[in-house]
Amino acid sequence: MNSKRSTEILVGLFVAAGIAALFVLAMKVSNLGDFTDDKGYEVVANFQNIGGLKPRSPVTMAGVRVGRVTSISLDPDTYDAKVTINIYRQYDNIPVDTSASIFTAGLLGEQYISLSPGADDFYLEDGDVIDLTQPAVVLEQVIGQFLYSTAEGD
Amino acid sequence: MAPLIKIRDLHFNRGDKVIFNGIDIDIYQGKVTAIMGPSGTGKTTLLKLIGGQLKPDSGTVEVDGQNVHKLSHSKLYELRKRMGMLFQSGALLTDINVFENVAFPLREHTKFPESMIRDLVLMKLQAVGLRNARDMMPAELSGGMARRVALARAVTLDPMMIMYDEPFTGQDPISMGTLVNLIRRLNDAMGLTSIIVSHDVAETTQIADEIYLLSGGKVIEKGTPETLKTSGSEWVKQFLQGLPDGPVPFHYPGNDFSKDLLNAEEQR
Amino acid sequence: MIEFLRSLGRWGLNTFQRLGRGHMFLVQMMAGMPSLTFRFSLVIQQLFYVGVLSVLIILISGLFVGMVLGLQGYNTLVDFGAEESLGVLVSLSLVRELGPVVTALLFAGRAGSALTAEIGLMKSTEQLSGMEMMAVDPMKRIIAPRFLAGLISMPLLAAIFSAVGIFGAFLIGHGLLGVDDGAFWSQMQAKTDWYEDILNGVIKSIVFGFVVTWIALFEGYDATPTSEGVGRATTRTVVHSAFAILGLDFVLTALMFGDI
Ligand SMILES: Nc1ncnc2c1ncn2[C@@H]1O[C@H](COP(=O)(O)OP(=O)(O)OP(=O)(O)O)[C@@H](O)[C@H]1O
Ligand SMILES: [Mg+2]
Repeated sequence: MNSKRSTEILVGLFVAAGIAALFVLAMKVSNLGDFTDDKGYEVVANFQNIGGLKPRSPVTMAGVRVGRVTSISLDPDTYDAKVTINIYRQYDNIPVDTSASIFTAGLLGEQYISLSPGADDFYLEDGDVIDLTQPAVVLEQVIGQFLYSTAEGD
Repeated sequence: MAPLIKIRDLHFNRGDKVIFNGIDIDIYQGKVTAIMGPSGTGKTTLLKLIGGQLKPDSGTVEVDGQNVHKLSHSKLYELRKRMGMLFQSGALLTDINVFENVAFPLREHTKFPESMIRDLVLMKLQAVGLRNARDMMPAELSGGMARRVALARAVTLDPMMIMYDEPFTGQDPISMGTLVNLIRRLNDAMGLTSIIVSHDVAETTQIADEIYLLSGGKVIEKGTPETLKTSGSEWVKQFLQGLPDGPVPFHYPGNDFSKDLLNAEEQR
Repeated sequence: MIEFLRSLGRWGLNTFQRLGRGHMFLVQMMAGMPSLTFRFSLVIQQLFYVGVLSVLIILISGLFVGMVLGLQGYNTLVDFGAEESLGVLVSLSLVRELGPVVTALLFAGRAGSALTAEIGLMKSTEQLSGMEMMAVDPMKRIIAPRFLAGLISMPLLAAIFSAVGIFGAFLIGHGLLGVDDGAFWSQMQAKTDWYEDILNGVIKSIVFGFVVTWIALFEGYDATPTSEGVGRATTRTVVHSAFAILGLDFVLTALMFGDI
């Protein structure tokens, strides 16, 4: 009977360890932790070109993560990319004239949105649009321009 | 009186090999019936056919009025609860001890309280003289002891019939005597029906009410021990008296020994 | 030539026969599952043999695989100045691929072969027939609890493997090679998706657990009841499981992560 008891305890520990591992994967490793955050508020930014930006890409301000991209679609009238951003609730004092740029982490790393704050007294609210945007730098275009300008210079 | 087990025109083959070629056997309630025959004639196979573990090619096996091979899975299992079987090898569960082996059918099929299971198991173990071996593991038992534990296990559910496959092999004269008595006593006291497969002529003739002799896929002879002893058949005489020479060949059928030797010579 | 064709045909027929028997076995095994609700202690006992006893090898292998991934990944990434992405690299490789696959391969070797040998031996010593004659259905009493235990154990083991692996990579990456720990975790979290990556990995490990346990139990149940037969069945379990795991991994990966 005693050995039966220890078997059951060990099995219990095993199952608990497995579930704990899954929990760690969920919370520490994956972005599931994000979903459990407070919903925050959503603003929209229109970009001429988003490069490799994807849903769930980070949104930062001064390098600190303040939100993430929730969805990306194409505006049928202006042919701009319409990027919806979720900003965490605690950052509720971002000025309305803030500008958004798409940068790349490292030379070939992932792309993210960086916000640089403006000076307005009004703050962004749910549903607002960020007007000042700077498109992603597309490496091919930069190289193309560089080659073109060197050719001109000759 | 209708027989408890009724076998009719049973045919069974293993590959190309004919094991049974039309046999009829009646086994009556409350009697000890012995099945005897040379090694390899299919006595174990017959028990497995009765237990529904093998399917005949044709013919029927009826146990208590039910055709064993036409029963649904659950009906067959219900019937098996009323059948005990002692396997030639013992077939004890190797990862649990003697006590738990004997308790196994009770734990599986009843909701008896622990104390009652304990009493029942010790009673059965006492009957086979192994009450004090209850904490041993099957691997620690001798062949004869294992078979006695298996016997105790076969009778724990108080079945209506028991099939004993070679219960006497590997027993010393003392436990042999006890076992012979035990089988007879169990049969008479509990109103069981017993089928014994055995080679031990002396013991079997001592307790059997009726004996069937099998050979070559046929029933060669049947009757009470007395009628068989006085039978005029050469075959029966040879088998019961264990004579090396006679109509029963000792060798598995095939080439002649001298021919094999000559073949070997030629190949050299 | 004729002889060759004939043996080819025989081989084909045998293969299909085994395939058919294997699937019939699966159906019987499934039919035995409902009875387990009343006998859950049987499953717990098997969880011990199948799951708990496999934990040690999973822990050790997971740690080392993670450490190697950390080293190799760093060496490659540092050339692109992208060593901050080490966390992503490690978590995605482990969660999507290495966790389920390596765990399943180890599981086949550790638990699968043991199951085959156990069932095969029970068959060859007539314990299974003995049970049948005691009106105890081995499918329900012996096979079904082991199957369920395998099914439960595999995803848990794979999760443990991945978690320990990521920890191992962190030890090497942060402790030895000096990758910034904030970047390690934040990049990992940003790029590893719960549904896309982790749940798909869990699904993979459940599928592998299903297949490996099924193969192991069937091989044991179908083994030739001799010591040689059981030995061969055990080998077959490991080999067939490995094929099944790697083949299925390709199919599942294409379904889950490929844009086909
Ligand atoms: N699984 C099997 N596959 C093929 N043939 C078998 C198998 N089991 C038994 N046989 C064959 O069936 C025949 C009958 O076997 P069985 O075990 O019934 O003999 P038996 O009368 O019980 O012999 P013994 O007195 O030695 O126990 C034997 O000739 C054996 O070769
Ligand atoms: Mg036999």
